[in-house]
Order: sequence, then C-alpha cells, then structure tokens
Amino acid sequence: MARLTSRGIGKVRPGRGVVLLCAAVYFLLPLAASVIFTVDIPGQGVNFDVYEQILGAEGFVASLLLSLELAAATIALVLLLMVPAMVALRLGARRLRPVVEIVCSLPLVVPPIAFVAGIATVLTWGPEYLSTTPLFQTFVAVQNPDFPVVLVLAYTVMALPFVYRALDAGLRSIDVPTLVEAARNCGAGWAQALVRAVLPNLRGALLNASFLTLALVLGEFTVAQILKFRPFAVWIVGIGGSQAQMSVAVSVLSLFVTWLLLLAIAAFGGRTPSPTTTEK
Amino acid sequence: MTTQTDATVAPAASANTGTDAAAPAVPSGRRRRRVGGGFAVVPLLAFVALAFGIPALAMLNGAFTVKDPATGATSYGVANVTASMQGAYLTALIGSVKLSAFSAAIGVVSGLLLAQAVVTSRSRMLREAVLTASGVLANFGGVPLAFAFVATLGNSGFLTRRLDLTDKGWSLYGFSGLTLAYLYFLIPLMVLTITPALEGLRTQWREAARNNGATNAQYWRHVALPVLAPSLLGGFVLLFGSAFAAYATAAAMVGSSIPLVTLQIADALAGNVLVGQENVALALSLDMVLVAGLVMAVYLPLQRRSARWLA
Repeated sequence: MARLTSRGIGKVRPGRGVVLLCAAVYFLLPLAASVIFTVDIPGQGVNFDVYEQILGAEGFVASLLLSLELAAATIALVLLLMVPAMVALRLGARRLRPVVEIVCSLPLVVPPIAFVAGIATVLTWGPEYLSTTPLFQTFVAVQNPDFPVVLVLAYTVMALPFVYRALDAGLRSIDVPTLVEAARNCGAGWAQALVRAVLPNLRGALLNASFLTLALVLGEFTVAQILKFRPFAVWIVGIGGSQAQMSVAVSVLSLFVTWLLLLAIAAFGGRTPSPTTTEK
Repeated sequence: MTTQTDATVAPAASANTGTDAAAPAVPSGRRRRRVGGGFAVVPLLAFVALAFGIPALAMLNGAFTVKDPATGATSYGVANVTASMQGAYLTALIGSVKLSAFSAAIGVVSGLLLAQAVVTSRSRMLREAVLTASGVLANFGGVPLAFAFVATLGNSGFLTRRLDLTDKGWSLYGFSGLTLAYLYFLIPLMVLTITPALEGLRTQWREAARNNGATNAQYWRHVALPVLAPSLLGGFVLLFGSAFAAYATAAAMVGSSIPLVTLQIADALAGNVLVGQENVALALSLDMVLVAGLVMAVYLPLQRRSARWLA
C-alpha cells in the first residue's frame, strides 16, 4: 500500500509543481507590480515619497476613521443580534433553526447593488411623504454624514451570512446545553451563563466573525458610493483619478494590513479563520 | 423573493408564540429555556424585517410602479420590467451573464487544480498559507484589487510599460481584463469551496480503484469526478453568483464603459443617463435578484447532495 501511494504521489508531482508555480505568478505578480508601481516613478527613480504622503493626504484620516467607526458599530450590532439568537437555537428554540438559517442567507440572494437600490428608494420617502411627521427627523438622523447609521444597518444585514457561518462553526464544536446547565446549576443567571460559560468557549468564532465583518466594512464600496457617503474605499477610488500612485499605495497597504490582522487573529484565536472551509 | 422575507418572518413569530402557549404543559425548567430561546431570536428577525425587508419591498414596489412623465401620476404596471429587458439594459444583462459564466468556468477549473495541488501537498505551511490567503482574497477583493490590476496591466501599468502590451493590442479595460481581475477573487473562492470536498475523497477509494487495475485517469473519470460533481457544479454556481453581483471592481477599474448590469443600475440610480430612470434601476435590481435567487436555488440542493457523499 505504501508503495502504491508513493507511486501515486510521484506521478502527480510535476503537474502539481506547474500548478503551484502558475498560481504563485498569477497571485503575487499584481501585488509585486503594485509595489513597484508606487515606488518606481518614471523619470524620478526609486523613492518612497508616496507612502510618506499618505498620512497627510486630504481626507485619508477622516475616511479611515469613519470606516473604523462604522466597523466597530457594525460588529457590536451584528454580534448583539446574532450571538443570543444562535445560542438560543442550540438550547430550546431548535424549531426556529431553519428560519434563522434562511433569514441569514437572504442577503446572499440580493446583491449589494440591488439592496442599495432599495435603500435609496426608502430614503427618498423621507422628504417625499414624511416631511411633516416626526419620522422625518429619524430619516435625517440616520443619514448624518458624520456617522451614517443607515450604513451600519446595511452592513449588518450584509454581514449576517458570514457571521452566521462563523458562529455556527464555533457552536458546533461545543456542547452548549451542558455548559449552560452546569452554569445554571452553580447558581448563575441566564446572562451570567451566557457571558461567563458560553462566550469564552466561543472566542475563536467571535474573533472570526468580527474579523470578517471588519474586512467587509473596510472594503465596502457599493452601498457607500451609491448613498454618497465617503468612507475608506470610496475615498481610494475618489483619489484614483488624480493621484494614481497614492491610490495604489493605499490599496496595497490595506491588503497587507488585512492580512496581518488575519494572522494576528489566527495566532490569538488559536485557529485559522477561514470559515468557508468549515462549510459542508 | 422579497415577499418571502416577510413570509418567513411572520410564521417565525407565530411559531414562537405557539411554543410559548404550549409551554406550561412541560416541566418548568424546559419551559423557561424555551421562552428564553424564542425571545432571543425575536430581535434578529425584527431587525432583518426592518433593515432588509423594507428596502426589499420598496424595490419590488418601485419596480412595478410606473410614473407618467406628463402628469406625474403613478400606477402599477410592468413597463419598467419590460424596459429593463430591452435595448441597452438587455445588452448589459447579457454582458453580465456572459462575463460571469466565462470567468466562473475558468475559476472552477483553476480552483480545482490549485486546491488539489494544495490538498495533496505534504507541506502544512503551504496549505495554511494558501487557505488563509484565499480567505482574504475571496472576501476582501473589490477596490484594492482593481487598483492592483490597474498598476500592473493598466495603461501605464508596470507590465504594460515593460512589455509594450498596448502596442500588442492589450487593454485591461475590457472583457478579458475584467475576467482576469475577477479570477483574482473567484479562484480563492473556489479553493475554499472545493477543499472540504477534496479532503473528503477517501484514500481507500483510490486504492480500491488501483487494486482493480484502474489508471490514474480512470480513477478520476469514474470515481473522483462523479463524487465531486455536485461540489463542482455548486462551486460554479457560487462563483457565477459572486461575479454577477460584483460591482466595486468593475466600477473602480473601467468606470461604466462596459455593459454590465451592476454598472447600469448605478448609472440609472444616479440619473446619469436619463432623469427618472430610478424605477428602471429597481426593475433591473429585481432581475438581478431573480438570477441570484435561481443561483441559490440550484446551489443549496447541490451542496446538500455533496455533503451526503463526503460527510
């Protein structure tokens, strides 16, 4: 058997080398070329001026801060909604499980551009029909350009499928009823059982869900652009026309920062955050 | 699709109260647990009904609302939906379907090859590196990806200048350029989707085929590929849907010079082409939802089927 297996592997090997080489060229070349594009300016030679200018660039700090604030709010909201619901599904409300699964998959059926078309329509109702009612103030408030709550709502919906998968994978590996039962028998209240017994066991899944949401919000362009807000991704595209070097530099940096965050979370959480691989 | 949102929410609420009403019959410990369970799910369902249900209903309503340009009066009709299936909009729909199907097909084949190379490799580090990288690229493409490709193969891109590609007729801002960029997130998505299936292929099956005198090619043709078929088809459908819905990459890379349905919706919403096309944008969105719904309707049963084999 050992001989058979080793012969099989030996046969595949040259093909595998070619495949891996092609993949490496295809995936690394654009990254390498982007870095070269930002430091090797035609006629000026190699310099790193672009990276020094990023911090001082007009709108950079503001848009990045806005994106980070939106991400924090979205992560808080989506976890607050999803964690109790998902834990409850493991405890008593098993019958609701297919319902929650379908509800959390619905955003996959509606592409972001179609979703934002609907949101834009709803937002026009404010001035058109509701301008005399107190609801109008709500419409104005959710669209406050300093902190657009409407984006938080949209991003929370868009994050549901990812967060569902991440939490489901995490919950699958622990015995929630027993944990809660044990905590309850020791005199813990429901909230205490959730916070002190269940959540610590879900650390990896929670980090995973938070990271995916963070990546989604930082990279999100469609909804923000159509609704005319200016978080990070929209800002990058905005400067792309006049300062190509700068936009590429920021893009490269954001990819690397995401990567580093992912590795940090993988190290801290003790497992690799690649939720799609757990899907079966 | 949109009516489904509320339809699923409503039975959920009633099923909930049903559980609560039936609860006193069971011992008190279980009763309390059930009530707690029901309550914990309510905020989630209420939120989705509000933040997702209302925009979805607005889209459905708007798609079928026709505004008379002369009088400003509105009535229900299918004029927008018909308009979204004609002329430039039809071209855009077909363009999107073509681009998505083409890039998804390439993505499935390349993703399968790469995943197989990684799964059979004995290096754990390579495996982990490829899978984490796939996680980033598959979920976090969009704008940075578009700019990386512009810097590499755009008009003044690194490779374009080095290899004089413009003189050879290359342009990133077209069908082939977009396909190349889309593959950058489609292949990782395929790797993530197909890896569990490849890991589920038992060594015993390969050995059994070998012992019966099958060659490597015969093993793949008669054993591995039939077992993988649902996963492969499911992967294709998922990739198609992902490419079909992509907007950021195309918008940042080519502006609106290519007929794609997502770009058309954005244009119509902004009133760039003609004023008063907002409802056609909603009808186009509805078309997209129908296509995406079809995609999911094909994908989910396939996924269940492959899970049965590979569990």
